[in-house]
This record gives sequence, C-alpha cells and structure tokens, in this order.
Amino acid sequence: MSVPVLPTIVVDGVRVAYGETVALERVDLTVVPGLVHGLIGMNGSGKSTLFKAMMGLVQPDEGKIELFGADPKHARRRGRVAYTPQSEDVDWAFPITVREVVMMGRYGLQGLRRRARPEDHAAVQEALDRVELTDLANRQIGELSGGQRKRAFVARGLAQGAELLFLDEPFAGVDKRSEATLTELIRDLALEGRTVVISTHDLIAIPGLCDMVALINRRIIAHGPTYEILVPELLADAFGGFVPQEALRLQEARA
Amino acid sequence: MTDLIGWFTDPLQFEFMQRAILVAVMVGLVCSVLSCWLTLLSWSLLGDAVSHAVLPGVVFSYALGLPFAIGAFVFGIASVAMIGGVNRTSRVKEDAAIGVVFTGLFALGLVLVTLVPSQIDLQHILFGNVLGVTDSEILQVMILGSLVLAVVAVMWRSLVLYAFDPTHAHAIGISPRKLEALLLGLLALTVVLALQAVGIVLVVAMLITPGVTAYLLTDRFRSMLLVAAAVGVFSTVLGTYVSYHLDASTGGSIVCVLTLVFLVAYLFAPQQGVLTKRRQRRRRVRERAAERSAFAQHEERELTPVG
Repeated sequence: MSVPVLPTIVVDGVRVAYGETVALERVDLTVVPGLVHGLIGMNGSGKSTLFKAMMGLVQPDEGKIELFGADPKHARRRGRVAYTPQSEDVDWAFPITVREVVMMGRYGLQGLRRRARPEDHAAVQEALDRVELTDLANRQIGELSGGQRKRAFVARGLAQGAELLFLDEPFAGVDKRSEATLTELIRDLALEGRTVVISTHDLIAIPGLCDMVALINRRIIAHGPTYEILVPELLADAFGGFVPQEALRLQEARA
Repeated sequence: MTDLIGWFTDPLQFEFMQRAILVAVMVGLVCSVLSCWLTLLSWSLLGDAVSHAVLPGVVFSYALGLPFAIGAFVFGIASVAMIGGVNRTSRVKEDAAIGVVFTGLFALGLVLVTLVPSQIDLQHILFGNVLGVTDSEILQVMILGSLVLAVVAVMWRSLVLYAFDPTHAHAIGISPRKLEALLLGLLALTVVLALQAVGIVLVVAMLITPGVTAYLLTDRFRSMLLVAAAVGVFSTVLGTYVSYHLDASTGGSIVCVLTLVFLVAYLFAPQQGVLTKRRQRRRRVRERAAERSAFAQHEERELTPVG
C-alpha cells in the first residue's frame, strides 16, 4: 500500500500575461518532495515567469498556485521557501561577507531588528560547514569563485531550514569541478526530503541532476522522469522546432 | 598652531556659528547614513529628483503657515509616487520619468515662489542658509534627524537585505515593497532636513558623495556606514568654517570640501584608488622585469664559456 505524498507545489491552470504578451497559458504542474525537478525552456519560454509565479513574485491572471497545500504566502512566512538567484541578478561588489549573506536566511525567524541569537549563529555555522565555506566565511561575497558563490546562497537556504529550494540557472559561470560538487550537494538536499526546483537551459547538466523534468514553451510541453522527457522529439517542441546541439550529444552519450 | 586653533574656536564665540555647526553635524550625519543605501541601490538620480521636487511643497507650507518640512515631505513622497506611476503605466523608462517629474515639480515651485506672496528667500531654499538658521529650524532638524537615525538604528539590517536581495526578502515573507517605501520615506525626510544646510541644488551631493567615498574605502557595510558618517560630518563642519572665514557660500563650501575628500579616496584609496592601482600594476611589471633580467643574467653566466 503506498502512502499518498502531499505535493510541495501544485500549479493549476495558470495563465500569466504581461499586457498583450501571454507568457504562460493553461499550466498545470505538480511537484513532489524528495526529488530534484528541472524546468527547461529557451529564453522567452515563460520558464522564468513560472519560476516567479511559484515564488509569488508574479500573480497569475487565471488559475492558482499552492505551496504545501496552502496559499504560498504562508509557506514564505514560515521560512519554508528559499531562493538562489541567478549570478547576473546579484551585485557581487556589495559590501557584505559570506557569513552575512547566510545569516540573511535567518531574518524571517528573528525579531524586527534582525539581531542574531545564539541559535542563529549555530544554524549559520552548520550551513557553512555543510557547503564547505567555513574557511571563506569572512570574505566579501564577490571574492568567491562561481561555484562557491552558488554554495553560499544554498547555505542561506539551509540556515533558513527551507524545505523547498528554487535554484535559478545554478550552473551558469560555474566550472566543471565545482559543478560536480554542487550537483552532489543538490542531490543530498533531495535525499533529505527537500524539494528542489531548478530553472535552466543547460541540458548537459540535467541527466545527472534532475529526477523529473518539465519542458516549457508558454505551456507545459511535457513533464515526467528525465530519461523519458529528454528525447529529441519533445526537445524540438520545447525549443521551437530546433533540436539543441546538447540534446543530440545527450542522445549519443546514452547510446 | 594657535592660529589654527583660533581658526576653529574664534567663530564659535558667535551664537549663529554654534547653531550652524550643530545643524551641520546633524545634516552631515543623517545624509551620510542614507547615502550608503543610495549608493548601493543606484538611487543617486532619485535623490536628486526628490530634492528638487520638494520646492512647491515648501512654498505651499509657507503660504499655509505650516512648518515647511510638512509640505516638503508630502511633495517628496508624491514625486516618488509619480515617478513610479509614469514608469509603470507607460513605456517611459525610469530615468526619463525621473527627469520629467522632478523638473516639472521644480518649475512649478519656481512659478509658485514668484506668485505666492511669502517671506521665502529663493536663494536660501536653493543654496542653503546654515549660518542663518532660526530656533524653530534647528528644532526641526534635530527632531527629524533623530527620527531618521532612530529608524535606521532599528531597521538597518532589513534595509541592507532589501538593497542586497529583495527577492530573498520576498521569499522569506518580508515585504520588499514595505522596505522600499520605508527607505523612500527616510529619503524624503532627509532631503527636507538637508535643505537647511546646503539647499536644494546641493542636497544630492550630501546624499551621494559620503556613501560613494566610503564605498571606495571598505567592503564591509558597517565600516561603510562609519566612514560615510565621518566623511559627511567632517565635510559639513569644515565647509561651514571655510564659508565663515572666506565669507563664501556655505552650501558651496561644504560640497567643495566633500568633493575634495572624495577625490582623495578616488585617487589614493588603499585598494580601489586609481593611482594606487596604477602603482601596484607598475610594481608588478617592475618585479617581473627584474625577475626576467636576473634570469637572463643567470642564463648568460651559465652559457658563457669560461676563459
């Protein structure tokens, strides 16, 4: 007898338009815990919009989105949702240390002044240890390498105790070795029962990382286990009739 | 030496100078603190806009017999709302929206000053009059300044969060829009109180230069705040003295001193200074050249047949 799993995210008939431009239409998607989910689409596919809608940054015109079976704002207020930004969205020259970035994961749990309590320091230290950035904790954030920067933001989500992590283009600007470390970290997060949602157009990294994949091109083209979805026919659909080079290489790699 | 001490102490026998220094310190402090956020958020132009847009509010306040801070604050907030409104509801980009709104409001203020009979000296509003502040103006500066500093003391971590990563704030249930509104409110208040010292035209210097200078000198937020505050207070106080001794424009003197401090940091900052970087580059080139020639000499000795 299987126990039904409560889905982390339910997207139900969502439509989002910016003025005349329809970014998303009739999108249904269910995301379950303990797995790494990839949202894949080309630029302008509505992938980023869906990402934003799931985080509550964009309100759907139609349909609704639930996180943990309720209105997303409850999950956000309780610190269950974490976000790892794209590199280009971060001001790397900002005068802030790695430790301070990770401490920001605790802000939602603290009082108005956001003063760190002993348990906050402990959670931050644990998160830093976990992503192996303890030695670099007092560096300014921009002094880190691409992979270390990503890990710092993942650590922020860990310090927060998030159960649902959104990662926007996690491998952009990350070298191959750091990519392996990062992949292992993300896989571990899923093993612990967290839900990880990744938005990317980097197909090469997907098979080793994602359990489930959703192809997006304004609507959901296909959704299912990675090996069933990353096939040329479906990818051509998602990428507007054009099969990306990476997809062909993926195919060869599998054969 | 006594001359130098006298240069600072002699003017203090005048009460107007004591008041001016008091106001200068408060204005320098509050503006510098805010300037750190304006620098990091790239809000410099917005600070300029708010400072100009308050002019009609100042005129209305005088006409209605209210403290001029009230009208100025209302128009400061209104200008920000209008800029955001124009930007959101049309294809006009933000910098253009800022330009249109603030020049429009400033022009309205100029027209009103000439139409509405009042005691306003346009010169004082535009260029400041710290040497002639009245008791009630001092009280205003002290109250508003303490209010801004108190709010920042409580909320600074949240405001840094907003400046660094508003999306994360949203994700953990802290409203970035509320923090933005708070910061804009603080900006409007700060502009209002800085008008006293340097006037509308030069307020923007007080709202940008201390923060930018500190940004060149440190990469920790706390030290950025402290350095900016030191730069701001130093410049407003020294500028006030310069203005007294030279009998020159106070706002102008303050901003000149401030800009000189910036220039020193721009050229000589330990890591970011333009000349510092050039010196480091040259030293590296020299060291490499020295290594190469040492190596070459070594090679030569090895290869030259003895005898």
